[in-house]
Amino acid sequence: MSVVTKAGPRPAGSFRVTRSQRNVAWTGIGALVVVVVLALFPFIVYPGTTTIMVQGFIVLTLASMWNLLAGYAGLVSVGQQAFVGLGAYFVLILALHGTSPFAALPVAAIACGVAALPLWWLVSRLRSGYFSIATWVLAATIMLFITRFSALGSGTGLPMPGLAGLSPNVLTAYTYWIGLAVTVVALAGMYLLLRGRLGLVLTAIRDDEVAARSSGARVGLARLLVFVVAGVGCGAAGALLAISQLQVQPSDVFSVQWTAEMAFAAIIGGLGTIEGPIIGTIVYIVLQQTLASYNAWYLIIFGLFAIVVALYARRGLWGLVDSRLHVRLFPVGYWLRLREDADRVRRTGWRRGTSFPA
Amino acid sequence: MAWLNAIIQGVLTGGLYALFACGLSLMFGVMKVVNLAHGDLAVVGGYVAIGVITVTHIPVLWSFVIVVPVMAVLGYALQRTLIQSALDRGVLTTLIVTLGLSVVIENGLLQFFTANSRGIGASMALVTGSFSLGSQIQIAYLLVLIFAVAVAVLLGLQWFLSRSSYGRLIRATADDQEAVQLAGADYRHVFGIAAALALGTVALAGIGYGMYSDLDPTAGTDTILLFAFVAVVIGGLGSLWGTLLGGIVLGVAQQIGAQINISDELLAGYLVFLLVLVLRPQGLVSRRAQS
Repeated sequence: MSVVTKAGPRPAGSFRVTRSQRNVAWTGIGALVVVVVLALFPFIVYPGTTTIMVQGFIVLTLASMWNLLAGYAGLVSVGQQAFVGLGAYFVLILALHGTSPFAALPVAAIACGVAALPLWWLVSRLRSGYFSIATWVLAATIMLFITRFSALGSGTGLPMPGLAGLSPNVLTAYTYWIGLAVTVVALAGMYLLLRGRLGLVLTAIRDDEVAARSSGARVGLARLLVFVVAGVGCGAAGALLAISQLQVQPSDVFSVQWTAEMAFAAIIGGLGTIEGPIIGTIVYIVLQQTLASYNAWYLIIFGLFAIVVALYARRGLWGLVDSRLHVRLFPVGYWLRLREDADRVRRTGWRRGTSFPA
Repeated sequence: MAWLNAIIQGVLTGGLYALFACGLSLMFGVMKVVNLAHGDLAVVGGYVAIGVITVTHIPVLWSFVIVVPVMAVLGYALQRTLIQSALDRGVLTTLIVTLGLSVVIENGLLQFFTANSRGIGASMALVTGSFSLGSQIQIAYLLVLIFAVAVAVLLGLQWFLSRSSYGRLIRATADDQEAVQLAGADYRHVFGIAAALALGTVALAGIGYGMYSDLDPTAGTDTILLFAFVAVVIGGLGSLWGTLLGGIVLGVAQQIGAQINISDELLAGYLVFLLVLVLRPQGLVSRRAQS
């Protein structure tokens, strides 16, 4: 089941194609060091800090998934809260049957991926804007359906069972580690996905859908795969949310606010790059922490910021960095190095129309 | 008898839903903008009406004389600034900007007017009164009035778009904005006028909803946007009368759902929407293929 048709022979030319200008090994070692340091956090910082960071992990995972949907596949879903809610409820259902919520998380995430298939069948009939609101209606429908079951707490929800035996500090540390694990898996998975053939197709769709179609890219299949992957990621984030809040409340886990936050974080950081959502999440956490005592203000400012970025800095904050320094922490594209002018390095991105053999 | 009552109530609330929907339909039809802030703008219209009634003591029913022009001007301004610059940058940006606008409006209303719900003219005889048909059917005057307004708005829009010369210009712009530009009309201005028309209907929807139910900052997305969208899809994209039919189908589905189980009102409406999406994705009334 390949997403691209076979390309013709590579034309011989006086250029060399590389993944990155700088040595990728250094980036890899750097990423490993960051993950190890982050993993040690529960021993270093106060539990309050790790709790904020868990929130950051949730938003980062969600933003990365939304970036995959909107930034690469051109699917502006406003209904990703459906998967956040489903992930939370799948963990709750498993926990009610005696499974540890931590062990239930991966199962819940995969179940969300499976649930994404019939949902895609429904919403893929509509395009662009209508697709967006259809996903929203679906999320509302799923919430209404789940709140019919009194065993799941109807409209008020239930506390998460199976966590009472742990002392508060241990629970905070476990939640932090599983949050870190979810985020690392989400980012690493996205990196590997975008380096592969699907990534090539998605980059082609991102740059020019019509050209991608006419080059034989199977756009529909690629979009389905992205929708399923985003379902798994958002489901994992929802499961993490349920564990970190110690309860599942339908109006909270199915709130459209999750989609707003993930979308704004991805847009502000920069759509179409893996680094963007990381920057966007940092902006989100900083805004939310500084404006915490002013109720809804952080969302108002976050929303205005996203509008301004969408209009005037379309590649986001990371795009501003990238256009000056040409840095990629996660090199998924290609650089075209011309032989006759080894110093001139051209990146094949959406800014410049340099073509490269696929 | 209870079922007949459910159907009658459903048809009448369908008028309100059609009123929600026609602005969304118009903006998509003319400028291909799916306005995710549609419902929140209706709530803004309702809040403006409450403000106008409180300050000027104008009769509740006449508040539209002020609110509709205010919202129309707001629509023109929004279209010429924010939405037009988003449109110039592509569909993705338009969706992002209107989503941002929706979140900003909703949280702004929460911040300044709290989450308390407010009604419009809650003590009026028109709002609370009803007449009886037979022994079991009670029909509220207000719902009949809203239904009549919805039909009048749809008739007016239909007449304006198909008969008047400016309506022809709007339709021409919807078909080919570059050709219109070459013919000497500024398509941006035409888009602005279309947005003003759309927000005029949105203002009526906001006032109607405020009288029918209570307005609170979250009503814009939870109720108005989703119902408007469902009505548009059921009826068929780009058809004004389809929108009325879609609203009626949604209203009847909800009332019948409520008849079966009071908590299933919303779910029944959405299930009918999904059914239409599966069986007839082009909508019930559709003259042309889905765009």
